[in-house]
Amino acid sequence: MIVLHLDAPPRTREERLGDVREALSTVLDPELDEPITDLGFVRSVALGEGGELEVHLRLPTSFCSPNFAYLMASDAKDALATLPWTRTVVVALDDHHDSDKINAGLAADAGFRGTFGSEAEHDLDELRATFRRKAHTAAAERCLTALLRSEPERDVATVGEVVLGDLAPGRHLEALLRRRWDLDLPLDPDAPVLVDHLGRRPDDVSMALRRARSTRISIDGNAHFCRGLLRTRYPGSEQEQQHRTDGAEPADAAYDPTFIPLTSLTKEHVR
Amino acid sequence: MYTKDGESYFIVDAHIALWDARPENIKNVHGQQFIDCFYDYHRNLSPESEVWPKESYLYQGGERLMKDLFEDGYVDHAVFQPAHLGEFYHSGFGQTAEASALAAAHPDKLTYNHHWDPRNGEAGLEQLRADAERFGLKGVKLYTAEWHGDSRGWRLDDPWSYRYLEACRELGITNIHIHKGPTIRPLDRDAFDVADVDHVATDFTDLTFVVEHCGLPRLEDFCWIATQEPNVHAGLAVAMPFIHTRPRYFAQILGELLYWIGEDRIQFSSDYALWTPRWLVESFVDFQIPEDLSEYAPISTAQKKKILGLNAAAMYDVEVPVELRLPEADETETGPRQPDAADLAAV
Repeated sequence: MIVLHLDAPPRTREERLGDVREALSTVLDPELDEPITDLGFVRSVALGEGGELEVHLRLPTSFCSPNFAYLMASDAKDALATLPWTRTVVVALDDHHDSDKINAGLAADAGFRGTFGSEAEHDLDELRATFRRKAHTAAAERCLTALLRSEPERDVATVGEVVLGDLAPGRHLEALLRRRWDLDLPLDPDAPVLVDHLGRRPDDVSMALRRARSTRISIDGNAHFCRGLLRTRYPGSEQEQQHRTDGAEPADAAYDPTFIPLTSLTKEHVR
Repeated sequence: MYTKDGESYFIVDAHIALWDARPENIKNVHGQQFIDCFYDYHRNLSPESEVWPKESYLYQGGERLMKDLFEDGYVDHAVFQPAHLGEFYHSGFGQTAEASALAAAHPDKLTYNHHWDPRNGEAGLEQLRADAERFGLKGVKLYTAEWHGDSRGWRLDDPWSYRYLEACRELGITNIHIHKGPTIRPLDRDAFDVADVDHVATDFTDLTFVVEHCGLPRLEDFCWIATQEPNVHAGLAVAMPFIHTRPRYFAQILGELLYWIGEDRIQFSSDYALWTPRWLVESFVDFQIPEDLSEYAPISTAQKKKILGLNAAAMYDVEVPVELRLPEADETETGPRQPDAADLAAV
């Protein structure tokens, strides 16, 4: 690998900015299950001639949970540090009630516990795992509800038998497969869809689907609320946000030129 | 009272505040950030015609409050749920003296709830007893994310909290409102975790726990707990204004709540002065679940009446005119309350 880099022509400024963007797009808001780049959380990128990089992040409120804030900022720093051409990487979180603390911790690579001391008893792995499971639950519900809407005769209790191969290809299925891959769940067409993070099938299928639905509603609702608050807090930030189809509503057309009304998307399924 | 199309609704605004975030009361940058954050909520979720200038948002005073709620806002009774935030504001955020005096002057219209903090130990317990007598407390508002010296939060199931809850039981303070919503702490745990409500609801079955903001942003965790605990209710503070910006999301929240916890345990609130009640009441009475969300049954007029006032009136012993009363729904104690409500399969 090292030889390859030496032989490769130096990255232009544009290419490096592209690298930065790509690295940051791997960083997810764990709760909203979306890249921070799509959410508009990247405030600025400053690139020095010698490979010095400074990235500033912003959040929808100054009171966003510090554990989530730290998680995203440290993930961003880790992702940027893997770029071979960087000399120094500074990630800073702006306008947060714990900005000073978090930024000092990031600069020192102190970790979550090192940054917050006795207040942080655990690292953030469990929190991350919780939201990975929720993201999987929501992705499965989106697929199954779409199936139920397209097959109005189908009995809800039968969704426990639905396997990956029964699902229509597309965005929802791809998202589900990504989530399953994250959790080491089987990806073959015969694998049942409605399973928990350990692959276990529920006893009460209808109840499991209802619970999954409330998880999906939570995630979609939070995502749109957070995006809206960011736009209120930082006018113009809508330019940085990518459209989110899940949970989109007609009001989103006001700031999202790519908005497609739900009715035109679901027309073929109207009963 | 609000009347439309021949139907009258008794309105209880179950979560209001009389706050002071004017510069002279702000202690530090966090106090500034807190009110800025509230103002962003207000601007983001309100119809344009209902957006206040920042200046009038910092403080309303009693006169303005009475007008917004009772003259313009159709409200019959309202309950103060103060956030103390003593680390951010010199005299606290919610104004105890002013709000309690206003409630004392209008006992038919206002109920004053106070707050406590288990980190105040024995002294706080004594204070709670004094406050209960001074204010005639029926309820308290607890803010587990409150800062206190080096501590950035506490849990309802901490041992000291149990002692305070036991005192509440003894003093007849039966309505425990807990802020579980867009918040900040405790740091280490998921700051929105409602698991501590689960523990205390099981151990204090004679108290009623109202989870304000119905657990948003973790609606599903809240629903699951509330389903198992018959003494857990949902407060709609901050959920209500989604009725304007995100009506489909609002419909889904309501649909889920009706399914999991039923129509007798959901309470309307404007969260004044985050929002004023008038437009929320009007919008809610006109609201219906969109037809294509066929997994939910339509909301009935009776359900709207309960949510808008009758449920909270029952909790606070507010007298409701006979002709506006409704019987409780015949629902199970635990488990989904309305499992037969519309689902995709039923359509």
